[in-house]
Amino acid sequence: MSRKKTAEEYEKTFAFRFFRWLSGEKDPYIGNVEMQPQKKYEPDHEAALRREKEHDAIMDKVYDTGHNRWLHLFHRLYQASSILFCLFLIALLLVTISYLPPNGTVTRPVNNEVSARYIEKGLEETGAVNIVAGMILDYRAFDTLGESHVLFVATITVLILLRLNQSEKDEAEVNDRRFEPKNDAILQLVATFLVPVIIIFGIYIILNGHLGPGGGFSGGAVIGAGLVLYLNAFGFKKTERFFTEKTYKWICFFSLSFYCLAKSYSFYTGANQLHSAIPKGTPGAILSSGLILPLNIAVGLVVACTIYAFYAMFRKGGF
Amino acid sequence: MTAFQIILMGLLIICAVSVSFSKNLLNAILIYMSFSLVMSMLWICLESPDLAITEAAVGAGITSVLFFVTLKKIHAIDASDPEAKEEKENE
Amino acid sequence: MGPNLFANYGEAVSAILFCIGFTNLLLQTNLIKKIIGLNIMDSAIYLFLAEKGYIAGRAAPIVVDGVTSAERYINPIPSGLVLTGIVVSVSVTALMLSLTIRLYTRYHTLDLDEISTQLKREGK
Repeated sequence: MSRKKTAEEYEKTFAFRFFRWLSGEKDPYIGNVEMQPQKKYEPDHEAALRREKEHDAIMDKVYDTGHNRWLHLFHRLYQASSILFCLFLIALLLVTISYLPPNGTVTRPVNNEVSARYIEKGLEETGAVNIVAGMILDYRAFDTLGESHVLFVATITVLILLRLNQSEKDEAEVNDRRFEPKNDAILQLVATFLVPVIIIFGIYIILNGHLGPGGGFSGGAVIGAGLVLYLNAFGFKKTERFFTEKTYKWICFFSLSFYCLAKSYSFYTGANQLHSAIPKGTPGAILSSGLILPLNIAVGLVVACTIYAFYAMFRKGGF
Repeated sequence: MTAFQIILMGLLIICAVSVSFSKNLLNAILIYMSFSLVMSMLWICLESPDLAITEAAVGAGITSVLFFVTLKKIHAIDASDPEAKEEKENE
Repeated sequence: MGPNLFANYGEAVSAILFCIGFTNLLLQTNLIKKIIGLNIMDSAIYLFLAEKGYIAGRAAPIVVDGVTSAERYINPIPSGLVLTGIVVSVSVTALMLSLTIRLYTRYHTLDLDEISTQLKREGK
C-alpha cells in the first residue's frame, strides 16, 4: 500500500518538476540565466524586395530557354529520335500489312459466320432494311446506349470545365457580342431559307435510318448544325426562347431513359423466349422494324442537343 | 474505281502532311476539314454510305465548327478578318 | 517482306496516316495541332477497320429486292464499329478543346513548352 503525499511534499519531487517542464508551465532558464530583452520584429521591405529580385534573376537565368545550349541540343535530339521512331513504326506496320491476306477477298478472317448470320437473318429478325442500323440498334444496342451516355458525359464535363459564374457570364456575353455579326441582313435572309431545309433534312435522315444510310447520329448532327446556323444568324435571345438548360436536361433524360427501358424490355423478352408485343411491320415501310425507329429518334435528339450545347458552351460558357 | 481510290488516298496523305507544316492555325483547321471530306468520299468507295453521311456531318461539320469557336475564344482569329467569319457561317 | 503490300494499299495508307498523326503528336508544341494529329490518328484507325470489311464486287449492306444472301453484301460489322467510333471521337475532341481553352485563360499561350516552363517557374 502506497502512502499518499501531501501537496507540499509532492511539489518537491522530481516528477512534479519534470511534468511541469513537459507541459510548458515553467521555463527553467527564465530567472536563473542572464538574458537580454528580445527586440521587436520589424520586416525589412528593402531586403525582401532585393531577395525577390535576386530570385527572379536566378529564375530568369535558369529558365532562359532561348539561350540554353543544352536545351537546344536536347530539342534537336528529341526531334531526330521521334522522326526516326515514326519511320521505324511505319516500316514495322507496312511489313506487318504485307503479310495480311489480300484486300477485298472473301477469305479474310473478318468475314466469318457472324457477319453472314447478321446479313442472312437480319431482315427477318429486326425488320430493318439497312443491316447496319439493324445491327447497331438491335443486336448490339447496348453499344449504342453506352455511346449516347459518352456524349452526355462529355457535355457535362465540358460544362464543368467552361462554366462561368454570373458576373463573369455577363462580361463574357458582352465580349461575345463584340465579335458577333450584328443583325447581318444577308446572313439572316440565308438562314431563314436554309435552317428549315437543314432541319427537315436531318429529320428525314433520322426517320429513314432503318431504310437507307443514315440514322440517329448523322441526323442528329445535321439538326445540330442547323441550330448552330440559326444561333449564329439570330443570336442567343431568339434561341433561348425554345432551348435552355432545362430543355436540354429534360430531352436527354427522357431520351436516355426511354432507350434504357425499351431495350430492357426487348432484351428481357428475347432472352426468355417470350412473345414481344412490338410489331415488326412490313420491311420497307416507314413504320416498321419494331424498336429501331423510336430508338433512332431518341439517339438523334440526344446528339442534336449535345451538338448545340457544345457550341453554346464554347461561345459563352453556358446555355 | 481503284485509280479513284488511290487518288483519294494520296490526297489524304497530302492533307495530313500539310497540316503539320502549315504555320497558320486557321489554315491547319481548314485542311483538316478537307481531310474529313476526302475521307467521306472514300467511305462511299468502300461501300459504307452510313459512315460517309456521318463523317460528312460530324467530321467535316461539327468538329471544324468546334475548332473555329475555340480559335475565336482564344483570339487567334482576328475579328476584323471577314474570311474567318464566313467559314463559320458556311456550316 | 510479304507478298501483299500492294494489294493492301488501303491498309498501307492507313498505317502511314497513323504515323503522320503520331509524329504530329510528338513534334508539334501547339495544342490545337496536337488535337488535329490525334483526330488524324482516329481517322486512320477507322480507315483500317473499314478496309477490313470491304469485299470487292459486293454492294453496301442495304437489302435490295429482299435478297438476303451473304454473297451479295459486304461485312456490316466494321461499319457499325466505326460509326460508334466517329461519334465518340467528336466528344473527345470537344473535351480536349475545352481543356485547351482553360489552359489558355490561365497561361495565355497555346505552346506546351512555354506552359510547362511557366509551371516550373511558379514552383509547382
